[in-house]
Amino acid sequence: MAQYKMHLLVCGGTGCRASQSERIAGNLKEEIKNLGLENEAQVVITGCFGFCEKGPIVKIVPDNTFYTQVKPEDCKEIISEHVLKGRKVTRLLYEDPSTKEHISDSKHMGFYQKQIRIALRNCGFINPENIDEYIARDGYAALGKALTEMTPQQVIDQIKKSGLRGRGGGGFPTGLKWEIAAGNKADQKYVVCNADEGDPGAFMDRSILEGDPHSIIEAMAICGYCIGATKGIVYIRAEYPLAIQRLKIAARQCREYGLLGADIMGSGFDFDIELRYGAGAFVCGEETALIHSMEGLRGEPTVKPPFPAQSGYMGKPTNVNNVETFANVPAILLKGAEWFSSIGTEKSKGTKVFALAGKINNVGLIEVPMGTTLREVIFEIGGGIKDGKKFKAVQTGGPSGGCLTEKHLDTPIDFDNLIAAGSMMGSGGMIVMDEDDCMVSVAKFYLEFTVDESCGKCAPCRVGNKRLHEMLEKICSGKGTIEDVEYLKNLGAVIKDTALCGLGQTSPNPVLSTIEHFYDEYKAHVTERICPAGQCKALKLYTILADKCTGCTACSRSCPVGAISGEKRQPHVIDADKCIRCGACYDKCKFTAIHVQ
Amino acid sequence: MGAFKLQDCHKKTIADICTYYKNEPGNLIKILYSAQREFGYLPEDIQREVARILNISVAKVYGVVSFYSFFTMTPKGKYPISVCMGTACYVRGAEKVLDELKSQLNIKVGGVTEDGKFSLDCLRCVGACGLAPVMLIGEKVYGRLEASKIKEILDSYE
Amino acid sequence: MFNNVFSVMEKIKITIDKKEIEVAKGTTIYQAAKDNGIHIPTLCYLNLDHLKIENRPGGCRVCVVEVEGRKNLAPSCSTECTNGMVVKTHTVRVLNARKTVLELILSDHPKDCLICSSSGQCDLQKLSQTLGIREIHAVENAAVSTYRKDVSPALKRDMDKCIMCRRCETICNTVQTVGALSAINRGFMSVVAPAFEQDLIDSPCTFCGQCVAVCPTGALTPFDDTGRVIRALSDPTKTVIVQTAPAVRAALGEEFGMEPGTLVTGKMVAALRTLGFDKVFDTDFAADLTIMEEGTELLGRISKFLEGDKNVKLPILTSCCPAWVNFFENNYQDMLDVPSTARSPQQMFGSIAKNYYTQLLGIKREDLVVVSVMPCLAKKYECQREEFKTNGNPDVDFSISTRELASLIKAANIDFNALEDDDYDSPLGESTGAAVIFGATGGVIEAAVRTAYELFTKKKLEKIDFTELRGLEGIRTASIDFNGTMINIGIAHQLGNARKLLDGIRAGLYNFHAIEIMACPGGCIGGAGQPLHHGNSDVIKARFDAIYREDAGKKIRKSHENPYIVKLYEEYLGHPLSEKAHHLLHTHYFEKNKN
Repeated sequence: MAQYKMHLLVCGGTGCRASQSERIAGNLKEEIKNLGLENEAQVVITGCFGFCEKGPIVKIVPDNTFYTQVKPEDCKEIISEHVLKGRKVTRLLYEDPSTKEHISDSKHMGFYQKQIRIALRNCGFINPENIDEYIARDGYAALGKALTEMTPQQVIDQIKKSGLRGRGGGGFPTGLKWEIAAGNKADQKYVVCNADEGDPGAFMDRSILEGDPHSIIEAMAICGYCIGATKGIVYIRAEYPLAIQRLKIAARQCREYGLLGADIMGSGFDFDIELRYGAGAFVCGEETALIHSMEGLRGEPTVKPPFPAQSGYMGKPTNVNNVETFANVPAILLKGAEWFSSIGTEKSKGTKVFALAGKINNVGLIEVPMGTTLREVIFEIGGGIKDGKKFKAVQTGGPSGGCLTEKHLDTPIDFDNLIAAGSMMGSGGMIVMDEDDCMVSVAKFYLEFTVDESCGKCAPCRVGNKRLHEMLEKICSGKGTIEDVEYLKNLGAVIKDTALCGLGQTSPNPVLSTIEHFYDEYKAHVTERICPAGQCKALKLYTILADKCTGCTACSRSCPVGAISGEKRQPHVIDADKCIRCGACYDKCKFTAIHVQ
Repeated sequence: MGAFKLQDCHKKTIADICTYYKNEPGNLIKILYSAQREFGYLPEDIQREVARILNISVAKVYGVVSFYSFFTMTPKGKYPISVCMGTACYVRGAEKVLDELKSQLNIKVGGVTEDGKFSLDCLRCVGACGLAPVMLIGEKVYGRLEASKIKEILDSYE
Repeated sequence: MFNNVFSVMEKIKITIDKKEIEVAKGTTIYQAAKDNGIHIPTLCYLNLDHLKIENRPGGCRVCVVEVEGRKNLAPSCSTECTNGMVVKTHTVRVLNARKTVLELILSDHPKDCLICSSSGQCDLQKLSQTLGIREIHAVENAAVSTYRKDVSPALKRDMDKCIMCRRCETICNTVQTVGALSAINRGFMSVVAPAFEQDLIDSPCTFCGQCVAVCPTGALTPFDDTGRVIRALSDPTKTVIVQTAPAVRAALGEEFGMEPGTLVTGKMVAALRTLGFDKVFDTDFAADLTIMEEGTELLGRISKFLEGDKNVKLPILTSCCPAWVNFFENNYQDMLDVPSTARSPQQMFGSIAKNYYTQLLGIKREDLVVVSVMPCLAKKYECQREEFKTNGNPDVDFSISTRELASLIKAANIDFNALEDDDYDSPLGESTGAAVIFGATGGVIEAAVRTAYELFTKKKLEKIDFTELRGLEGIRTASIDFNGTMINIGIAHQLGNARKLLDGIRAGLYNFHAIEIMACPGGCIGGAGQPLHHGNSDVIKARFDAIYREDAGKKIRKSHENPYIVKLYEEYLGHPLSEKAHHLLHTHYFEKNKN
């Protein structure tokens, strides 16, 4: 990167690409050419910067200017002002929501201040399609170190000592997992990278693969060296075309550089990877289901034991780790286990990537040390709740997790604390909800997901979740009873107790945690027949405020069932029996005269 | 489904795909993935042909096709619409967007408009949560949607 | 089951329901409990150890138990005991879980138990009785999963009643390698079905019916022909005769509370007579006839082979088993000229009855109704095959299963246990010990060897029992000394083993002269029409032993010595493989292409 004075890093993550970041990169290049600056400045498309809320992002180094919400038509100004004249385009700088100050360097933004980036260390810094840029940031040095200076056991010991735990959901110690796989003798073993991210509202694996594919390949090779595997398979969602493309490019470059293939770095170690596509089944995040899917079968989990480390893909010892877990590995080997274990809490070391989304100001991808509190994440990094509304709950762990409330805000986030609070780490989705969100509906939303994604193999998950969902629908439609809520609790507990795999064992969490933390809301639905958040359609009561109604008749004309009557220029009335709660009148009324309860 | 008749050229395409994947039953999902990309969907006859070439039962092939939501046995519209139903989109109003699409197109989720122009599906998280709610038409991502914008977007498709 | 050879000796200690016991390492909690008299209910788990058939998806979650120190309940069928493990099998938590899970299963199950074909035989029904399920918690109009119904000539599928135990899928794919069934769909709508939920008749199904034999509910049931039999019996214009297959007599008693393996030949004949059949005959007679035809065909081929004829097709394969015939028609089109052309005993009987016996009686074939009692469901399909009909009139009109016969006897209020033994009618009721052993795997080939040996060597057999051909191993091979000429024999039961054997032949691994194949585990005694074994393979073993007991007790034990067979050839057929015999007793096979 040395020959250019300036680099313009354009985010090529999915979110920014959807907002035309490719056109932005094109325009920037064109402007550079127009002004004859080709030897001065270079445009690089990188992976995700994380700050998706403010995308598309253009970052200029070396002065670390962070432009947000850039539009293709802004490119001319960026080049002529910033690149040519050295004057920052202030209007494109991030504005601190509280101080209203423009901040130029991302280091000083609330969003980035509390973050420590290990897994995301290269995302947004390098061109993921250029192996040299990865190597320039110590890429493949960890592999080199492992292959030339360390025995497999020494590498495993380092990983064990670092305290790294699986980031895919379970939190199983990674080093121990490798050691078990290494200990099983076989003529062929496999390293599998689980990149079938299916958690709705989580996109960290995708961002890592799109922004730093080499880190995964490097880590898989290290793992292969440790456990004695020569074959690696990345099981990746077919709906991630960009990640697939970048991974393919990265693998090809590795083969050209001799970093994949036979006799890597002259060490005698052979390793190569191939891709398998996940075809849309959330349950394939469970490792036995994933393995069956890779074998061309239905992605149904099987009873463990045997564990994949004993008998996995094609009946051979197989080590499965998720993308984020792998992304940590090279950093640990280079910086040392002590460094890694100095970050985090007693039992959860290192950092965790979260996909922060929902009713929050700064939607994006963040990486924070284990032990950071929810409050720090939501209010400092996340910039608080959107539109000045009140925080109500945060859902962690995706469909397997639970909803946490105000009282959990100061809980340090780690594997064990989240489980103790009735949720879990999961893959790291973090959805923030405000006062307008009905917690019964949220539970229903997750159950709908689980019902869709249940493989159908075991009865508690196949039928039980369907019944939970039906019961929640009944409550949301105003027909529930307090006994139904009690039955939800029993059924949820039994499903957790009896389901075959991790999906079923955690699927009642959204229901159970919302019943525990928002019991009053459930009670309001079944006893008073109201939805306090005003979200459940069937429980809405539309009335017209006589003092505000001007009698314009807009509402009665929009009502599809003729439930609204009244003389012109006289206050109108809604017949609650006829009303189907479609909300058309509410949308049409210009005088906020329609009251919803 | 009865409409699709397997022609010799189709057979050749399927055979080529299977050969590329070494006729290995273990590659069934990749083969079906490629076949669907080629044909747009996986009608019965294609599944039978794949089963025949791989020497596995067609029941097994159908078992796989009907398991994974990525595979479909009905052809999609010219412009397939997928609404993201990830949590981030859900809490930011994806359901209203979906309702609007359903009423504009007059089809259900999984359906195709009579003229074959649009088909409507849901998917789980595009990974563009920052733009929630999001939908895809073909490969194009539409973000920060509101129900009121839908008609305009649909009208832009010829 | 999971004890491998090396760990069998290693013992570990566990505590189960406060009882300290010692088990071999690798034993599951379920097995350990069972061996110590503790019954843990299961719906999906199936272990037929004598036959090495196992289904263990861990899907029904009814067998869960509490294991100290474990967060959730453990499925006992698939959790191995570990040293020092403390297990509780019937705590309140366990019972609540079992009841709740069962309620869930029942909430997606039709409630027409009163008229369900499996009523009284249904494991699901029994378990809900045991656990005392009296109400099902679910919302009003809770969704139920419903599927396309399918009625084939042999069996009915009503997958609304499927509980996803996957036993049928395991049997159809792993055991039989037929591949007609697979789990389809996902989640609440997942079910086991043929591709595209098409009818079985359009699938590669062989109608072996083993899926029916293991189904714990009424999802897979036999096609019921009892109504049609009753109508025929009450039609005064018809003469109704019945034939009973060898394996039926070794199992029918179980339906009346007798020990498995009790032979009830005499009582069965008496019951059939009481039911109103005009004549009670024995399929065993036709089995002897089969040996004459098939044995002669075998000898013919071997002789030609030994004379150096290169065109002769060897090995010769038996063709008594209709499911096996369906299997090779669909999977081994290149070998269609290898199996013996001899019809199965059921069809030989039908042909002789409709052509020869009608002559003796002086009636038209349309006025004779031939009913067969079979241990088999594929026989229902076989008797409807077009090639076994004359002007649309089938040689065998109805084939009912052992279970259907039992239900007829019960419906007619016959006190089966109190019946006096009775004898078969003449002439189609006389048979030899060779015919009886048709009911067990290896029996047909042993019967053929008894006759072929004497015809080939022109010597009298010193030792009638060829024990080397007997047993429950899936694939067995033996060489029999035909006076200096070694005849190599292969035997397989269950279609998966048949496939292995045939693929081996195709690959040139074997050098057999003759092969016997039976589709069902243990041969016909384990047929899908037999009383349900409910997962206990001791039952099949007991029937197996009974068949050979019956043989040992017979005066005549070689088919060619059956005086009525000799007479039939003299009076009617001429000689084995005569033109008339070819016309009446042989068939040909069709290429099928279903996948």
